[in-house]
Amino acid sequence: MRATLPPDALDATDRLLINRLQDGLPLTHAPFAPIAAEAGLTEAEVVDRIAQLREIGAITRFGPFLDAEAMGGAFCLCAMSVPAGQFDEVVTYVNELPEVAHNYERQHQLNMWFVLACEKAEQIAETAARIERETGLKVLRFPKLKEFFIGFRVEA
Amino acid sequence: MTLDATDRRILKATASGLPLTPHPFEEVGRWLFLPENEVIARMQAMQDDGVIRRVAVAPNHYALGMAANGMSVWDLDDPVAETLGARVGALAFVSHCYLRPRALPDWPYNLFAMLHGKTRDEVEAKRAEVAALLGDACRSHDILYSTRILKKTGMRLAGEG
Repeated sequence: MRATLPPDALDATDRLLINRLQDGLPLTHAPFAPIAAEAGLTEAEVVDRIAQLREIGAITRFGPFLDAEAMGGAFCLCAMSVPAGQFDEVVTYVNELPEVAHNYERQHQLNMWFVLACEKAEQIAETAARIERETGLKVLRFPKLKEFFIGFRVEA
Repeated sequence: MTLDATDRRILKATASGLPLTPHPFEEVGRWLFLPENEVIARMQAMQDDGVIRRVAVAPNHYALGMAANGMSVWDLDDPVAETLGARVGALAFVSHCYLRPRALPDWPYNLFAMLHGKTRDEVEAKRAEVAALLGDACRSHDILYSTRILKKTGMRLAGEG
């Protein structure tokens, strides 16, 4: 489990930066200029703060976020109800598939939740069917119909 | 959108992040022997087309004290699901929110919203807030806490382009 930062690790400016920087920067010669003006910092100071936030682990990454679907790929959230005695065996099989991007154990009758990421839409159904054949268990598919994304806000 | 070889080079070069300088696109241009304005124009075209969602930071929920998180799921009346989903997605403690098909009879829920809090009690309080917001339009709901990350790999770009 990753550690939580002490409550005084971030000041108000850090919190402002974390919140604003999730919304997306303009693609310009000086992308940090608007946020620097808002925070009352120079652009170099904003950059130093971001580097420091990454250093202490408050943020994990700064860069472009890609949409695999727009690139012609396909994603699908899937869930299975795996009996306890079979769990390790099914995890090993599912995790070995290159199409499986994330896999989480969750507290529920449906206890295994994973995301299939494929280059073509039809490979989602094929991969789910292969998992069903190999494990003898049903794979429920929950493709995204609509996304509402706002992000995550740090209390000011 | 069809990406050409140069687009792919830009995505590959920035896959692990942009350089932290006041002029990151100029620096990416230096890496790839491209003028800055071409890097910007290509990234803007990819963003306009949705290939790039945004250029932003990814917060670390755990480090920021949001150690508890649960996948809350809701069975909403179809006619109002979009409108209410957008309102749930706009809540500050919701990071991701999606409409998905139900899988009856195993799964009656069509709205998925990741809820974050410092503790599970806090997450439960937020779940109650969402329930109050949804009111009678929600027939039933549940929350699934993750107990283990079994696999986590980033998105991979196929081919060098």
